[in-house]
Amino acid sequence: MIEYQNIFTQVQVEAPDYPGVPIGRNEYNRVGGITHSWLAGKLGDAQIGPIYLGPFGVLSLIFGFLAFEIIGLNMWASVNWDPIEFMRQLPWLALEPPAPQYGLSIPPLNDGGWWLLAGFFLTAAILLWWWRTFKLSQQLGMSNYLAWAFGSAIWLYLVLGFFRPVLMGSWSEAVPFGLFPHLDWTAAFSLRYGNLFYNPFHMLSIAFLYGSAILFAMHGATILAVSRYGGDREIDQVTDIGTAGERSMLYWRWCMGFNASMESIHRWAWWFAVLTVITGGIGILLTGTVVENWYLWGVKHGIAPAYEAIGAPVVDPLMTEGQ
Amino acid sequence: MNMFNVIKMGSAAIAAIFLLAACEAPPPESVQRGQAGTGMALVYNSDDLAEIVAANQAPEASPQLPAVGPKAGEIYQNVEVLGDLSVGQFTRLMASITEWVAPEEGCNYCHVAEGFHLDTKYTKKVARVMIAMTQRANQDWGDHVANVGVTCYTCHRGKNIPEYVWATDPGKPHAAGITTAMQNIASEAAVSTSLPFDPFTPYFEQDMSIRAAGETALPEGNRNSIKQTEWIYSLMMHFSDSLGVNCTHCHNTRAFYDWEQSSPERVRAWHGIRMVREMNTEFVNRTTDWLPEHRKGPLGDPLKVNCGTCHQGAYQPLLGAQMIKDFPSLTTYDETTKAAYVDVIE
Repeated sequence: MIEYQNIFTQVQVEAPDYPGVPIGRNEYNRVGGITHSWLAGKLGDAQIGPIYLGPFGVLSLIFGFLAFEIIGLNMWASVNWDPIEFMRQLPWLALEPPAPQYGLSIPPLNDGGWWLLAGFFLTAAILLWWWRTFKLSQQLGMSNYLAWAFGSAIWLYLVLGFFRPVLMGSWSEAVPFGLFPHLDWTAAFSLRYGNLFYNPFHMLSIAFLYGSAILFAMHGATILAVSRYGGDREIDQVTDIGTAGERSMLYWRWCMGFNASMESIHRWAWWFAVLTVITGGIGILLTGTVVENWYLWGVKHGIAPAYEAIGAPVVDPLMTEGQ
Repeated sequence: MNMFNVIKMGSAAIAAIFLLAACEAPPPESVQRGQAGTGMALVYNSDDLAEIVAANQAPEASPQLPAVGPKAGEIYQNVEVLGDLSVGQFTRLMASITEWVAPEEGCNYCHVAEGFHLDTKYTKKVARVMIAMTQRANQDWGDHVANVGVTCYTCHRGKNIPEYVWATDPGKPHAAGITTAMQNIASEAAVSTSLPFDPFTPYFEQDMSIRAAGETALPEGNRNSIKQTEWIYSLMMHFSDSLGVNCTHCHNTRAFYDWEQSSPERVRAWHGIRMVREMNTEFVNRTTDWLPEHRKGPLGDPLKVNCGTCHQGAYQPLLGAQMIKDFPSLTTYDETTKAAYVDVIE
């Protein structure tokens, strides 16, 4: 008897090629041969392929490639087409949004226009990929949890790069494409708008983000722990609870007095993940549009206590001396 | 669980400990500042501190001499800025300056053998401007330099050119077709961030506003951009790096913009910005026309002053050593004399 007692999958599922259920007239969208990989079998199913790309998948990849190229070539141009500098500086390089003076107008390509274009192509690619997640669920007769979850992430992405800049009247408010640059942008964003930690939607987003991580760990650990009793057959256990479900639920009831059910734990996980980006998006959208300084907003609404001064009283020198 | 799995789990756990442990050795020391639990702490690395202490020791000053006998201005020709000193005092200061700025080259770094009064070398003219700049800082910028003061050594430390100076940075080469965003490249000035790589020109030469954050709870027309904030952020990285301190030396990080929650050091820094700006525009830049090219930056502007020029990694230059007490002649500034020789030079 093989036991699940390891962080890696212990069972290699060896099976003949399986192309999947018939899907009628869309059959031709399922492309690529079938191979089997021992390494893939360590992490998941050993069978690789076929893939259902479809016209939307193909278009999405094309648009995504265009965005990737525009960003990469702009980065390369910013180091004068030097391949070594490009590799050395890669984490620092970026495609920067247009300068503030352009507002929402369309700037010249070389002065922020490429950013708009890359943003357009990337958004198109993401939306087409979203449509694909929607269609694939439909064709497999599934409901649309995956598409709505992905849509929530797209909401945050669109708030950062499109909705909020439009409401603020300036593309320059958007995030640059770049590794360190987008992190520096995040810090500057918080500094400009008076400390994002006092933004209640930011608080919620963090709670859901960390909550997602801990829920995922708790659930994964619980199911693995009872897999020797068939706990990994979770869907069976929802309607026909066995000793695996009993033990896992008792564990948490004894641990903290309350336990999720075999079904509800998945709804908890889904909502935590989805709410991370929904609340995050709301928090970003409100910043600068309806709230100027989150710290002062917090003071106004009684969530930011006052502390003793650090030393001698300090007064803004502009108040006493003039510029 | 078999033995093999125990070994695998064990090695994974050990790897995780190394991965997750703080990567900094020795562990940083933190000094609480302000109310407990508010995160107002100064963080120091004891190895770095030891280096800073070793690198920032003031030299011993030669004994002061009395103001007796004839004045330097009466005995020597062409003494524009230190003419009121006695000959003994004047010679002592010249010897000290030689030690501070040109210990290897000696007198000849500024003077020519044909006559010490001759302004043949540009270095002699620069020295005059720099002495006036030092005097001005000590006399009129007490809000920044009080109790510590500035001498030539504060910046020069035995070198012709202070180690930390700046000139306007045109950036690295980029393709002709694109407009540079003046950021997003690893830069020493921005302390290895991707923030704007020349925070000095707008704030230490020009007087761009260093305030971007909203100061009202709800929007009331503040149109300062995030990009503008990035420029300020870059300048602040320079402050932090030059002084060997973290943000909380000046700011309460819950509300960076708020003066009432800041430490008194922030006001000192505010005056420091204005002082440095004046040093660069009123003194250093006055040398532009006659300074040789190899003493200028890539865009032809002279090498200028920033926080690091004096501080060199220490929260106070030379860790607060009061060198200036031994050199009172560097503490009085005469605007008319300066005007006279700056006009002559120009």
